[in-house]
Amino acid sequence: MKLKTALLGAAATLAFAPAAFAERGADGNVKVLYSQAVSIMNAYLSSGTKDVEVGSLVLEPLAGFDQDGNVIPRLVTEIPSVENGGISEDLTTITWKITPGLVWSDGTPFTSADAVFSYQYCTDPAGGCAQAARYEGIEKVEAIDELTVKITWTAPKPNPFTAFVGGTSPILQAAQFANCLGAAAPTCTEQNFKPIGTGPFMVTDFKVNDVVELAANPNYRDPAKPAFATMTVKGGGDAAGAARAVMETGEFDYAWNTQINPELQVQMEKGGKGQFVSAFGTLVERIEMNLTNPSPDLPEGERSTAAHPHPFLSDLRVRKALSMAIDRALLVEVGYGNAGQPTCNLVPAPATFASPNTDCIAQDMDGAKALLDEAGWTVGANGIREKDGKPLKILYQTSVNAVRQDFQALIKGWWNELGVDVELKSIDGGVYFGGDPGSPDTFQKFYADVEMYANNFDGTDPEPYLAQYLCDKAPSPANGWQGENVNRFCDPAYDALVAELAATRDMDKRGEIAIRLNEMLTKDSYVIVPLVHRGRLSAHSTTLGGVVLNTWDSELWNASDWFRIK
Amino acid sequence: MTDTSVIEKPRSQWADVWSQFKTHKGAVAALTVFVLLILFVTIGPFIWTVDPSYINPNGAEMIRTRNKPPSWQFPLGTDQLGRDMLARMMKGGQVSIAVGMVAMLISIFLGTLVGVTAGYFKRLDGPLMRLTDLFLALPLLPLLLVMVMLFRDPLARAMGPESGTFLLIVFAIGVTSWMQAARIVRGEVLALKEREFVLAARSIGTPSRRMILRHILPNVVSPIMVSATLGIASAIITESALSFLGLGFPPDFPTWGRLLFDGVDYIQQYPERVIWPGVAISLTVLSVNYIGDGLRDALDPRIRGR
Repeated sequence: MKLKTALLGAAATLAFAPAAFAERGADGNVKVLYSQAVSIMNAYLSSGTKDVEVGSLVLEPLAGFDQDGNVIPRLVTEIPSVENGGISEDLTTITWKITPGLVWSDGTPFTSADAVFSYQYCTDPAGGCAQAARYEGIEKVEAIDELTVKITWTAPKPNPFTAFVGGTSPILQAAQFANCLGAAAPTCTEQNFKPIGTGPFMVTDFKVNDVVELAANPNYRDPAKPAFATMTVKGGGDAAGAARAVMETGEFDYAWNTQINPELQVQMEKGGKGQFVSAFGTLVERIEMNLTNPSPDLPEGERSTAAHPHPFLSDLRVRKALSMAIDRALLVEVGYGNAGQPTCNLVPAPATFASPNTDCIAQDMDGAKALLDEAGWTVGANGIREKDGKPLKILYQTSVNAVRQDFQALIKGWWNELGVDVELKSIDGGVYFGGDPGSPDTFQKFYADVEMYANNFDGTDPEPYLAQYLCDKAPSPANGWQGENVNRFCDPAYDALVAELAATRDMDKRGEIAIRLNEMLTKDSYVIVPLVHRGRLSAHSTTLGGVVLNTWDSELWNASDWFRIK
Repeated sequence: MTDTSVIEKPRSQWADVWSQFKTHKGAVAALTVFVLLILFVTIGPFIWTVDPSYINPNGAEMIRTRNKPPSWQFPLGTDQLGRDMLARMMKGGQVSIAVGMVAMLISIFLGTLVGVTAGYFKRLDGPLMRLTDLFLALPLLPLLLVMVMLFRDPLARAMGPESGTFLLIVFAIGVTSWMQAARIVRGEVLALKEREFVLAARSIGTPSRRMILRHILPNVVSPIMVSATLGIASAIITESALSFLGLGFPPDFPTWGRLLFDGVDYIQQYPERVIWPGVAISLTVLSVNYIGDGLRDALDPRIRGR
């Protein structure tokens, strides 16, 4: 009933919108295309980016991130800090003050009870919340009064902007979802498809895996926004088709994730109907070196484990030479165009945590050859280097993907020039990233000498990401081949520094330590050889204004500011 | 009526077959095309000696030679990494045609063996046909995936990544595509067994072995030929599918199927990238089918001489 009333209210407001407000709803309809169709609006029940992002049009968190990764208030008056007393001196509590007078799209007041409810909803052990990581380490969430929420952590939390911050931890309306806790969560179809929110839009029609129709929220906190009266989010197709729909045919105003080859990008831009926008988050395409011996002659269970060091990749000089032989700028030009930058860093952003290191950018083939000579690898028969009668032969694996196969071919060419024999292998992505401990082809098992893939970290703080390279995070038969330290990197100094990072509160100091950790993995040891800092690439019509691409939060984070250029 | 003063030279059976084959215009054209394709992939690399996986190590130079249209330097153009398409087509054709032929031979051998045995020996008919049903019921692609996963590494280690994969792929395709041939052959054999000439042969005490080789097999050659030609086509296509899933040859190893899949991304800008391998696959499949058609007519004594 409530929803129906809300919809009627919305319709009525829309009818009178031009009179009542200066701008809301003045620009008609905006069409958005997601090449992966939306299946649910509730971010807590889906790990799919497309669901989280489209859901963020309706459901909002207390605070979000802007395009530079700074925390910005959404439903609160200010961002808590130690200075303004919002964060306690010992970093164990954070207090959020909700903006007074805020209402849901159905007109009922937004209170701290809704935030507490959202925490309970996601942490219910029977619920299977997809975003539970956002609420890790919380002891309790309390409603101090109607407009004050206090989170208490079990331990000092240097980065408290996880819970209720960003598109992956939005606030649900307690009244609407009251009966959807725990195991009942996925059965609440009506709630999950048409949640009541505080965002600029509200759902009017939802067709699973097809199309979402939205209308401007009549109770949105800024009376002049959004400029569009309705929004249509269509799903389906592929990246090239989505780009074409915006850039060439002009059927859509905005297309999400239009990752296509650089030449096609240039050709489509000539259409003049739209433009590509790119923004850089933390996604880095890299080559990982295996420090353990993946030889198939070793018995299963010992292969690629710390018990057997790698016969030649355990030598720093070999790893460094392999990195020096790569021309990263060329890789970017071939594979990503505007959506990539050459990088030498595992943590390429945000600026506080990114190392200024650019040593690897320039290709140095002669230097690499000299380094291998120095390491005792001499050029033998048919140009392949050898040492003690053993040839320098590398198995190089990655997932099946047109760009990655081009990278493999190019890098193989450079390594061949260096005198390294390279065998290529490509594995279906579902298997490679599938993590099945029974399969020999997962990237964790790493039954190869080097492998290539891309990874990033959630949010703006790299601590959990860097902590993945601790000694005990190495995949092995003992832990069912789980863990992200695929190199089996193990350095006590690194482990000690990660512990120091966890205990450090000062932001500048944290930055310094993170940069140091990043360099220990890349510049100092060449265990990880970063290649390309990959961006997000989306397309929008030339008549759609106000688009700012954001890689730290939902891509539709500022849809309320979008307008039609006339 | 006939002029007895001119006695024709005695003709062998195969000369008869060849003269009948020559009257089938389509088959002769197809044979020419097929021979040209074989020459293209076998002799071609000795004339056009460009390395199919050569990428210009000079980055700026490489960027300039990417995605070139056909020219004197690159008769079929270049791909997205500046590799010569003509050389890649030759190299890819060697693999694709070899895979097609060898896989076809394996599947025909198995199919004929099972079909003739089942048709001729009544006691073996039931078990062998149930075995055929079993193979027909197996989902082909998952089976191939399992085989590749289990045997690729040991084979690659024993014989090198390329020949190991080759052996595995032709074997995998061969043992999963003999069932149709077996069914057809068995049906033919069952019908032949009741014919008078077989009865006559049996009445003079011909042993089973000779019976099959001399009397049965020559009479089932035409269905075998037809399924063989179809087999080549499906083997080439299955190999492409495996390459696409990343389970075929190593990714830098060109085959026609892989060239086609690589080209799909560029189909709008550089349609020739998919046209070359597409035309090559189609020509091979079509010409082999036509040759099969002509052979069937030529081998059938009722048609021959008419």
